Amino acid sequence: MLLNWKTGGLLLGLVFFGAVLLVKPIGVSTQFVILDGIIGDAIASDLVTRTEDGYTSTNAYLAKSDGKYAKAVSNPLNYSFVFVAAMILGGLLSSRLRGGIEKGEREIPALWRANFGDSKVKRYAAAFAGGFIVLYGARLAGGCTSGHMMSGMMQTSLSGYIFTLGAFAAAIPVSLMMFKKEV
Amino acid sequence: MTTILLAIVIGLAFGVVLDRIGATNPTVVGKMLNLTNLNLAKTILLAIGIGSLLMFGGQMLGLVDVGHMSVKSAYIGVFIGGLMLGTGWAVAGYCPGTGVVAAGTGRKDAWFFIAGGLLGAAAYMVTYPSWKAWGLLDAVAGGKVTLGTVPGAKYDGLTALPGDVLGIALGLALIALAFALPTRMSPKAPGMLPAE
Repeated sequence: MLLNWKTGGLLLGLVFFGAVLLVKPIGVSTQFVILDGIIGDAIASDLVTRTEDGYTSTNAYLAKSDGKYAKAVSNPLNYSFVFVAAMILGGLLSSRLRGGIEKGEREIPALWRANFGDSKVKRYAAAFAGGFIVLYGARLAGGCTSGHMMSGMMQTSLSGYIFTLGAFAAAIPVSLMMFKKEV
Repeated sequence: MTTILLAIVIGLAFGVVLDRIGATNPTVVGKMLNLTNLNLAKTILLAIGIGSLLMFGGQMLGLVDVGHMSVKSAYIGVFIGGLMLGTGWAVAGYCPGTGVVAAGTGRKDAWFFIAGGLLGAAAYMVTYPSWKAWGLLDAVAGGKVTLGTVPGAKYDGLTALPGDVLGIALGLALIALAFALPTRMSPKAPGMLPAE
């Protein structure tokens, strides 16, 4: 059972406000890079290295902004990384409280099933490909739905509006083309 | 240690709320994006509006630290990246935050989304120098700017309008838009019975 939009919007607004009041605006997509860095550094330990006054990396993206990301890779127990880990637990908790999601729906969401059938492989491949484009785009944009759209527009930042315009300009036509059958 | 505790509390709350508004369910997201059920859009607009009102109102009353604002830079890549994210969001039904929470709720396809996301982020890490060389990451319109000039903020304003007052006005406008937006914008498919 979903919250109605007024209650849900109020609660979501309070979470975004609470974050900026107590710490800083919410953002998620950077942590995909941090986890990549952690995995990469575990495989090739010279990916991230300590310098006299901080951290740097052989990867230009991790090294940018004075090694801000390289530092987070070396210290995963930081606010932003723990925040995203806690989000997963939040999802687990919420789903337990509302009685879980039935098996078929856990594998293939209803709207996808109505339009593309019962193939798990097809759904998982689409989710994987979607994830690739989403995170590539989010890192190119410098943020995602949380950081740019929600936190950005909340702060009246110009980049938040530019991002939101781009995101919906693509998402709506693609969705209209893909999901013609309703559930 | 306090910051880690806050990360856990706020992260948990964010996860629970994203799930309860339906943002973790690709069907709910798909219905918003194909314009057949805009309840989630109304939720998002209301949330941004309320966040703005509280943040800028709190700043004016001196209760909210202006220094906590974090404004991202504007550049051409923001728009291109937005187009890409929008495409993948429509296909998968997940964005980075909701994909992570959905995996927590037990959705298996969300783990494939996360795996694809890790690969996509890695691909960006490798190709980042090209985007930079092409100038697509160069700041436009002042880069890290807010629409008005927020008193005491370290960011410039795109205009000289008082940023806090403008923030409250835009917050109210987004809330009004949340109420004004119809639940459905797409015509009923032929032969479909109306809902309810």
